[in-house]
This record gives sequence, structure tokens and C-alpha cells, in this order.
Amino acid sequence: MTPQPTMDPHPDPNPDARPDPNPDARPDPNPGPNPDTDLETVFRIESPRVIAGVARIVKDVGIAEELAQDALVAALERWPRDGVPDNPGAWLMATAKHRAIDLVRRRERYARKLAEVGRDLEAAGPYLDQPSDPDDIDDDLLRLVFTACHPVLNAEARIALTLRLLGGLTTAEIARAFLAPEPTIAQRIVRAKRTLATKNVAFEVPYGPDREARLDSVLEVIYLIFNEGYAATAGDDLLRPALCEDALRLARVLAQLMPKEPEVHGLAALLELQASRAATRTGPSGAPVLLRDQDRRRWNRLLIARGFTALGRATAAAHGAPGPYALQAAIAACHAQAYAYEETDWPRIATLYGLLAARAPSPVVELNRAVAVSMAEGPAPALEIVDALAAEPALRDYHLLPSVRGDLLHRLGRTEEARAEFVRAAGLARNERERALLLARAEEGD
Amino acid sequence: MPRYLSLVQIDEKNAPAEGPSPELMQRMGELLEEITKAGVMLDTAGLTPTAQGTRVHWEGGKISVTDGPFTESKEVVGGYALMQCKDMAEAVEWTKRFLKVHEEHWTVTCEVREIMEG
Repeated sequence: MTPQPTMDPHPDPNPDARPDPNPDARPDPNPGPNPDTDLETVFRIESPRVIAGVARIVKDVGIAEELAQDALVAALERWPRDGVPDNPGAWLMATAKHRAIDLVRRRERYARKLAEVGRDLEAAGPYLDQPSDPDDIDDDLLRLVFTACHPVLNAEARIALTLRLLGGLTTAEIARAFLAPEPTIAQRIVRAKRTLATKNVAFEVPYGPDREARLDSVLEVIYLIFNEGYAATAGDDLLRPALCEDALRLARVLAQLMPKEPEVHGLAALLELQASRAATRTGPSGAPVLLRDQDRRRWNRLLIARGFTALGRATAAAHGAPGPYALQAAIAACHAQAYAYEETDWPRIATLYGLLAARAPSPVVELNRAVAVSMAEGPAPALEIVDALAAEPALRDYHLLPSVRGDLLHRLGRTEEARAEFVRAAGLARNERERALLLARAEEGD
Repeated sequence: MPRYLSLVQIDEKNAPAEGPSPELMQRMGELLEEITKAGVMLDTAGLTPTAQGTRVHWEGGKISVTDGPFTESKEVVGGYALMQCKDMAEAVEWTKRFLKVHEEHWTVTCEVREIMEG
């Protein structure tokens, strides 16, 4: 590509005659008009890998993040002067690793325990400038995922740390996504990193029986992030799409890192399929649009296709019964396959919910099964399932229970009872948009 | 996160006759793996030459059909990449990396366009 003369602020009549001041960092032949923006972008792309690579050396994600930031500062000083290196990611990684090794060596003088690590690094020294082996990067990233999602942390801390270290989100972005004050999120992240350090959480991917339990936590964190974006629990907007996209990206990354784990593909499939409907879930005014009223022509066919591919991988990797995420993905796939609400294969969905209820019993799953049964067999048998859930303490404040019950009563012609349920549901809904929809349904019951 | 379509434009008349070298294919494969692993790449492919393409044109209420090659166009779309990125800067950064795996005798232009959502 020939650089446009207008793009180059300092045209050099004979660039070949100029000695290269820094052969390690050859200037970009076509520096963009704004190198700062480039650096910020490059750093955002590379930071999870740099943090992961450095954390393996220093064994502390907090220090690893600081060292990655140091590398960014070094780049901010060097790149505007010397040009952006050909492989900026490798440059950042090498710089951060050099600093990590310096740190470990300094510690080594004081801590005998670390002497062995230092010697290993000494031996590895000359190769550090080489681009890292992609397989090593994969392993490091996996270690980072498992560490950020460690059960020693509470769910909120895991979510914040995962978005920060792996999603590349700033503290301000996380705070905005969760409608929390920035200092609260910053505190949460600091405490999480401190907890990992003080509890001596190993920077590793667990194997054996530990692995499944820990993987559950990893998948749950990504699922919770997606859900927060998909059905915002509080606030004025029903959707915070950016959070869904971050979770989707994390699921895609994980599916590439752990191709043999069926549930990782199951989760990726579920999120791709759910995301395919995002554009149609709210109307022009921001009000929610129910599944039956969504314009299916606007569902994203590419995401649906990706969802089906991921579901196929989940099925292929599973030896035996599908897991809860794959089952949920299979349900989402049923919806995606129907070009009209009336064409939905409700008996199959009811069956899948039955399998899901057996595999991962929960009152919410049971409530969803009731909806599917009402579509497959009619409102009466569904009402029986819902009424059996009435005493369920977990659903006491869950607005969807009276909402579903109201819908079933409405279909059975018990209009007055239906209206009372919609009013009750509206009282429980924490999201303004949903509350408005439920109140509207109570009105139309007349 | 918005989606971006990178339209890979080449000059068919001046493209290297021998096609992509094995080294280029190797580097390209590694890069595509990296972009996919980053959760960014949704879909990508090269297109067969315009000699095998057909243009279908609508003008004045009439359809006309022209078979390729489209010799009158200097640059034609030779491939595409559909990426989901935080912003245009990220899409451009990945596109730069895509271009950089080519040898110097290649001339390739990528036009990166945000997909209208909603």
C-alpha cells in the first residue's frame, strides 16, 4: 500500500537513506493520522493476552495487570517517537514480560522460595523477544479465565474481574453497564484481586474432578453477564446490548480455547441464538416486544446459523445426555427455526424443558415448561404446573409467575382473576418498561 | 457491539499471476485463527474471479444481465470479512493486520463499513 502524501505529517524525501534508530521497532509504513487512538485500540485487543502471559510469571493477576499497564505507558512514550512496531502485540508482550522478570528477580533476592522460578526464567530469557507460541497464549488465557472466575470470589466480583481482565472493559464501562458508581466497581475489583492473592489462588486450569465444578463457574459468569444485558434487572432500559455483546464475545473466545467441552459450545450456541433476536425485542419507543409479536424477518440469520453450528459442536462433543446450556440452546433453536410464532414446535420445546427440569431442576425452568405446555396442550394443564409453583419461596417476588398465571387465566376466560395477576406482576417488576407492559395487559383484560 | 464488513478490493488485471504464496496462505491462516479466537470474526471468505460472476442490473424498469469479467472496473470485490468489534478503530486495526500478512508486491484495498443495525 502506498502511503498517501497527505497522511504523512513529516514526509521524508529519501526514507531509505535514513538510519533506522531502533531496529526492534520498525516504523509503521503507514502511520494513521492519530497514533494515540491506534495504541488504545491495540492495547485493548492485546491486554487480556498480555495480562495472562505476565500472570503466569508473577502468579498474581493484580500485579500482572499493573505490569501490562506499565507496558502501555512504555508504548505511549516510544511509539509516537519510533513508530508503531510491525507486531505491536508481541512488543507489548515482550516489554511486559521483561518487567515481570525484573520484578521476580528483585523478589528473588529476598524470597528463597522464588529462586527456582527465577532460574527457569533465566533459561527462557533469550526467547522472550520471540512472538509467543499461540498454544502458550491459549493456555495462559484459560488460566486467566479460571482465576478470574474462581469460586473464592463472590459472583459480583467474578463478573467485574472477568469483564476487566478478559473483556478489556475499563472500570468506568463496567460501572456504566451495571448502573453502579465507579468507585464501587473499582473497590470490587481491587478487593477481588487482593482476595486472589491472599488466598493463594493458583494461576492454573484445574484438571480432574475440580474441573467441571470450576468450569460451571466460568460458564455461569459469562451467562450472568449476558443476562444482565438481555433482561436488565433494574433501570429504564430493557436491554443493555453492549453487555450482551461482551458476554457473547467471551463465550466465543472460550469456545475456541476449550473446543472439547460440550457445555462451552452449548453456552456459545445459546448466546448466539438469543442475540439473534436482540434487534426485535424492543419497539421504537424502547418498550419490550413479546416473542410472539417479534418481526422474525429481522432476526439475525448469521447469528442463528452460528448458533446452530455451535449447537452441533456441543452435540458432537457430548458423550451422552446434553447439558443444561445445550438444552436451553436447543429450545432457542426451536424458536429460531419457526418463521412464524404459530409454526413453533411447542411439543418439542415442552419436552426439552422437561429434560432441562430433570437435568437442572429449578422453579424458573418449571415456569417456562408451563408456558410451553400451555402452547402444546392448552392453558388448563399449564395452570396446574403454575399453581404447584405458587408456594415456591424462590418465586415469591418473581414478576413472571403472576404474569404467566395472568396469561393462562386470561386464555381460560377468567378475566377478573387475570387482571389481578397482571397488577400483582406489575407491582413486582423492577424494570420500568416491563411494568408498563404488564399494566397495559391488566387494562386490556376488560 | 457493532458489526463491520471489510470489503477486500483487488485489481484483477494487476494481481500477482501466481496467486497467493504458500507463506502468505500460512500467515493468513494464523491470522484468521487469531481473529476468530478473539471472538471478532463472524464470517470471511474469498470470492471467485469476476470471470465467473454475473451482474444483474435494474434501470428504467428493466433488468439486464451481464456476465463477467468486469473489465471496466479497476477494483473489484475479491473477498470479505464480517467482524464484530467494539468500534471502527478496532475493525481498522484487524484490517491492517490482514493487509500486513501480504507481501510487498500485492496491492489490496479494504473498505471497512459499519453495518446498519436495528
